[in-house]
Amino acid sequence: MNVIDTEGLGKRYGDTWALRECTLALPAGHLIALVGPNGAGKTTLMNMTAGLAVPTAGTVTVLGGRPAGSPAALDGIAFVAQDAPVYKNLSVADMLHLTGNLNRSFDRAFARARLDELGIPARKKSGKLSGGQQAQLALTLALARRPRLLILDEPLAALDPLARQDFLATVMTAMADDGVSVLLSSHALAELDRVADYLVVLSGGEVRLDGETDDLLACHRVLTGPVAEADAYAGQFDVVQDRRGGAQAHLLVRTPGPAAAPARAGWEAHQVGLEELILAYLRSPGTAARPLALHAEPTEVAR
Amino acid sequence: MTVLTMPAQPGQDHEPRPLPWRRMAWVTWRQHRATLISLPATLGAIAVFLLIAGLKIHHDYAVLTACHPFQSSACQQLNSNFNQTDWTIGNTLLILMNLAPALLGAFAGAPVLARELETGTFRYAWTQGYGRERWAIAKLTLLAVAVVAVTGAFSQLFTWFFAPFLAQESLNVISATVFATRGLVFAAWTLLAFALGAFFGMLFRRILPAMAVTLGVYLGLALAAWTFLRKHYFLSLVTSNPAITGGRITNSSPWILNHWFVGSTQWVRYIPVSRYWPMQFIEAGWLLVLSALLVAATVWLVRRRAV
Repeated sequence: MNVIDTEGLGKRYGDTWALRECTLALPAGHLIALVGPNGAGKTTLMNMTAGLAVPTAGTVTVLGGRPAGSPAALDGIAFVAQDAPVYKNLSVADMLHLTGNLNRSFDRAFARARLDELGIPARKKSGKLSGGQQAQLALTLALARRPRLLILDEPLAALDPLARQDFLATVMTAMADDGVSVLLSSHALAELDRVADYLVVLSGGEVRLDGETDDLLACHRVLTGPVAEADAYAGQFDVVQDRRGGAQAHLLVRTPGPAAAPARAGWEAHQVGLEELILAYLRSPGTAARPLALHAEPTEVAR
Repeated sequence: MTVLTMPAQPGQDHEPRPLPWRRMAWVTWRQHRATLISLPATLGAIAVFLLIAGLKIHHDYAVLTACHPFQSSACQQLNSNFNQTDWTIGNTLLILMNLAPALLGAFAGAPVLARELETGTFRYAWTQGYGRERWAIAKLTLLAVAVVAVTGAFSQLFTWFFAPFLAQESLNVISATVFATRGLVFAAWTLLAFALGAFFGMLFRRILPAMAVTLGVYLGLALAAWTFLRKHYFLSLVTSNPAITGGRITNSSPWILNHWFVGSTQWVRYIPVSRYWPMQFIEAGWLLVLSALLVAATVWLVRRRAV
């Protein structure tokens, strides 16, 4: 089953398309990272998936064909919007009671236990909690609804590194225990490297890349070799990014399959890191590729 | 086109039953506790004052009407005292009563939805399993019922409080400032103000502009009703009866809409005080319809609101 299906989905605000021609089939059981720069259309896509925004074009369904925003869809999805909105004048206990009343299923015992674990006092006003605690409260409320799909819009943005780890640990535990699927948007790529197993890259309102991270990593290689042969060699591949130094050229290419790139004398093929891959797709096509420092050491020659 | 030939739609085979309305009762109470406590508390405090002041005023009036002979200086002194001291209180409260619905609409109605949109909590509220239309309908209905119940009861007390002034100040129950403070229409005007507040709150998505526009539109409508609408409820009569055309003004004098002469006979178009209840029903009726339309428009905006 797919947790999210979109077909030619688009949203226009005034003259600007925030998202367009977005066709995705996101499978269940993954932590799907939705990445892209600010203004890429991440929030727009999430709002339409949660039923908050109405598409200008196309369709979006969730959990195997339920129209976004329909009662059946709202029942199965929990959405934590950016900045984790909670009623600041209500106590934590009241937020629990409120969410319990507004939903068919709500695991109060789970929510209480988790808040205890996090040291969030039930009597405290939500508005008096720290940013990290508010995010954890919103996440707890969402998880206690026992959703099948959890949508988190920039949940890490307001958190310090420790809180980010705690937050992601909670999400991972819920995935393992309840089999909940997660769609999480972020521009903090480093954190996602470890946890996301499915990737959607958005830029300028369009999908640049999507797929399981293992598959994506398996079918991309950085080819390094002499500049003089670069043009001839590049012609054989789908080149995502072409960077040339004085003598060496670095071609980030998409190989036809997980199979290794054909060897050519004088060239080396390296695996590509997730962050590097995302950045490469965000930079191309269009803007001239600026020199890019490699984050990770090129680890191993491709098999 | 029959059910049998419909392909099984994934996800629609288990369309959930809506969550019960009563769940919104707690939600509404908890979220709007400040309003739901402070409104009755404020009106309750004023009611205590009305009761205490009202007993004194009723007593003063009873003494005054029993005073005999009326032309004696003692009676004239009582009369003058009543017209100054008691009427100052009565007149002030009458003005406040005419403004109360507007204030209630601005302070209790406008923030109901505007605060959710201003603070972003609508993104929480509208993505819960309850569903945003039903959430809005339940919340607005419950708050409207509370507002109508409290203000309706309050206006009955005010009606009792104000009774001595009608005869004494030659005000009748269909005169502009008195009519809207009693019977059905005070609660109906308050309902309209609340509905205006909620509607403009949803339209502007900001509390302050919604409050300002609610006040403005309410006062405009109230003024239109005073000066224009009430004359046109098709209840006016025409007469040349000198008792009506030229009688002394009392609290049972009709509302004279206009007059003209045919030869030396004066004719008037007027609305007799006996038309009080038909006027009440007509005015409460259109206020109720307008309020219902505003609530429906507000719910439509909630449904359509794209973010």
